[in-house]
Amino acid sequence: MDYIPNTERDKEIMLKEMGIPSFEALLEDIPKTLRQFSLALPHGISEPEVLKILKELSERNASTDKCISFLGAGAYEHYIPSIVDHLAARSEFYTCYTPYQPEVSQGTLQVMYEFQTLMCELTGMDVSNASMYDGSTALTEAALLSIRLKEKNKIVCSRAIHPEYRQVLRTYLKGLHTEIIEIDSPEGTTNIERLKKVVDDKTAAVLIQNPNFFGCIEDMEAISNITHKHDALFIACVNPISLGLLKPPGEYNADIAVGEAQVLGNYLNYGGPYLGFFTVKKELLRKIPGRIAGETVDSNGKRCFVLTLQAREQHIRREKATSNICTNQGLLALRACIYLCALGRTGMTELANLNIQKSHYAYERLCALNVFEPAFKKPFFNEFALKAKGNIQVGKVNDYLLKKGIIGGLELSRFYPELGNSMLLCATETKTKESIDRLIAELSKI
Amino acid sequence: MMIKETKIMNKTEPLIFEISSPGRRGFTLPACDVPEKSITSFIPQNMLRKLEAILPEVSEIDVVRHFTRLSQMNYCVDTNFYPLGSCTMKYNPKVNEESARLEGFTNLHPYQPVEQCQGILKLLYNLEQILKDISGMSAFTLQPAAGAHGELTGMLIIRAYMEKQGETRHKIIIPDSAHGTNPASAALCGYEVESIQSNASGLVDIKKLKDSFTRDTAALMITNPNTLGLFEKDILQICKIAHDAGGLVYCDGANINALLGMARPGDMGVDILHLNLHKTFSTPHGGGGPGAGPIGVSEKLKQFLPVPRIEPKDNTYVLNHNCPNSIGRVRAFYGHVGMMIRAYTYLLSLGKEGICKVGEFAVLNANYLRHKLEKYYDIPYGKICMHEFVISAKRQKKKDVSALDIAKKLLDYGFYAPTIYFPLIVEEAVMIEPTETESRETLDAFATAMIKIAADIEQQPEVIQKTPKTTPISRPDEVKAAREPNLRWEKA
Repeated sequence: MDYIPNTERDKEIMLKEMGIPSFEALLEDIPKTLRQFSLALPHGISEPEVLKILKELSERNASTDKCISFLGAGAYEHYIPSIVDHLAARSEFYTCYTPYQPEVSQGTLQVMYEFQTLMCELTGMDVSNASMYDGSTALTEAALLSIRLKEKNKIVCSRAIHPEYRQVLRTYLKGLHTEIIEIDSPEGTTNIERLKKVVDDKTAAVLIQNPNFFGCIEDMEAISNITHKHDALFIACVNPISLGLLKPPGEYNADIAVGEAQVLGNYLNYGGPYLGFFTVKKELLRKIPGRIAGETVDSNGKRCFVLTLQAREQHIRREKATSNICTNQGLLALRACIYLCALGRTGMTELANLNIQKSHYAYERLCALNVFEPAFKKPFFNEFALKAKGNIQVGKVNDYLLKKGIIGGLELSRFYPELGNSMLLCATETKTKESIDRLIAELSKI
Repeated sequence: MMIKETKIMNKTEPLIFEISSPGRRGFTLPACDVPEKSITSFIPQNMLRKLEAILPEVSEIDVVRHFTRLSQMNYCVDTNFYPLGSCTMKYNPKVNEESARLEGFTNLHPYQPVEQCQGILKLLYNLEQILKDISGMSAFTLQPAAGAHGELTGMLIIRAYMEKQGETRHKIIIPDSAHGTNPASAALCGYEVESIQSNASGLVDIKKLKDSFTRDTAALMITNPNTLGLFEKDILQICKIAHDAGGLVYCDGANINALLGMARPGDMGVDILHLNLHKTFSTPHGGGGPGAGPIGVSEKLKQFLPVPRIEPKDNTYVLNHNCPNSIGRVRAFYGHVGMMIRAYTYLLSLGKEGICKVGEFAVLNANYLRHKLEKYYDIPYGKICMHEFVISAKRQKKKDVSALDIAKKLLDYGFYAPTIYFPLIVEEAVMIEPTETESRETLDAFATAMIKIAADIEQQPEVIQKTPKTTPISRPDEVKAAREPNLRWEKA
């Protein structure tokens, strides 16, 4: 099956009109030696045959529909209202490109503007861009911004930030003559005493995740104050669902707030595509990477929206641009926008509350068993770390649970050798009391 | 053929915030089924928000109508022809969407044990193999989130390679016709960018390249076919010059649609290539993303690819995080898997013959349109083209009608506008890429509109200058938008 309307007959008519003897004449610039190869790709197949293969592949995965999952760690299962799928599936949204022609792209542009407004409301920040690739690259771009702006090259970063985010930061910053200093978090949150000693006048930014990778809530106000004493930027990486109740970055004077908005109406999708967001104080307005939509008027004075502040961008500034980013995550930002509108003012608060209630119920019941003890004793949002007691092995616990159709927590030793025999469990609003009780029942048999 | 102005779009829609009404809601969450306790018994008051987020209060039908109406203010590939040069706006097959929405893919957590993810890992591994086959490269990573992210990953690989060779080369050479992302990506990695002027034929100037490519040069970043739609016919020699000087060749594969089944960058001597799944392999552009920008590398660069690598092991697939020479991680998790599922579906559907037809009909369609327009517009470079061509509206500019005006008039005729003012080396550039998924009739209709515009410019240029007239809005005041930034709604 191909999607080419023109036939051999059309081809002949077209070549004839062009006065060209054969198609090959159009390829005369390609050296002959390059034309001699054959593809190993099999023959094309019909739609039903393709779908059969894809269905079989999809069924070889154990989706969270078939199991009860307590995995979080940067990718979260939340209910997605049906309207999100239905509206985002409109091809007027998904088959258009970056809105270069605003006259026929008002739909996309207005969605960007609404998304920016919603993210500003949630984070308490002044300005938002129209999205980034994901949370990890949003955080890294924030660090790059601080280095450019402050003309300093030291980044202080909590070790309680998602380990993969820190890896991305290191990959990007390597070779840029920067120093990344990681602050430990032996008690579940960033070690503030150590942070105080490390942050100095050479520091461009301090990076903190809240809730952090372990689910614990950081003392953002204290860290913000320490950071600002040294003319560094305070960069907060936050979970937008938590902001239904937790203090938003705008209230603790963060300069940049970024994060992963997969949680807002986007599927797990085996890790991508996800939705990074990037919000700042208004002083940083002209320093932000990525696309931004702004309101203006048309030649008749009617309100409309355009891509704006483009003088920052690569297609104008080339090697002097604020970032190399061209595409954004438009379709996922649309989903987040629909999601936030559907949940609305009361829905987001209720949702944050449900996450807190469910995770704390699970935590309390789990800690009452003779299997685990809390790894940390800090307030948390919707995930928490537990340490296996005695000679119980978390790996074995997970293997056992899997046999019972339950996906347990993430083994922390994967990223934190010092936290051997611990796991990170998450319970969002999607975990019913029944499913949590099932986990408890299975574990009580150990 | 007659060409008429069309009015098909919705004209106006308030902001969602403006239709908010206290107490309305668009989604009900399940009631709390665990014993509920006060929030402050779990989290201290000083960690909770003081000011409530003012999100809209709207009913489900409000949300549905709002976004449906907004969608009707968008032009898209499914509406009509979208000849946006260098963006390859081909048809996005619906079966791709169907497969990406299978719950075995959508509801899969990235940290599930690999034994539970064998279906998706097999798909990703197979996709890497197909991309290798089509491009002639030795190995692929699917991780980069977009073309520019692929470029960045490529630059990091170049640096890692040079470091391993014990070299400290600090310069990247980029032709002046390149996409803006190329110099931006190189600069992001700390490279100094040297732009080289294209020759009179619009191609890489071999002599200039030879003179510029010194022991300080890490790589040449080239786009082939280039942004003028021309195949770099000296590509073998170009790669040799770079390699003889100990450097590498990076190829921006944004324009590779023309080469599918025709020629392979790997055979040309390219060391690193990025592909855009959202251009060449039919995944939708989504109003600006998500894209996906896998990169392929030559054998000697394989060791530097980002982690994790998908590898077969005893009839299963595993994720290998332990690659000592890898540049590291370029993003969290494994990339835009949803886009990879779509691209894989597309490639299985097309197969060998289908892939070759893509290149063939992309080139045929572009040349046909080029031929139709060459009498009416200046086409400064080449006699034939690959997947796209660039006209210059400098003749029309003498009548005070710009490339922008022509673009806007096309909107009134029901077509999306080509890319304009790019590449920078063409005055009043209008860059047209029809893709293979358009019929002869559509190309004829577009040509008729372009010819009518050219004729109108001769006789009544003011008609073209005051366009578009049929669209939801007329031309926006972009200067006002940039000078008085209004980037979010605020309650009056």
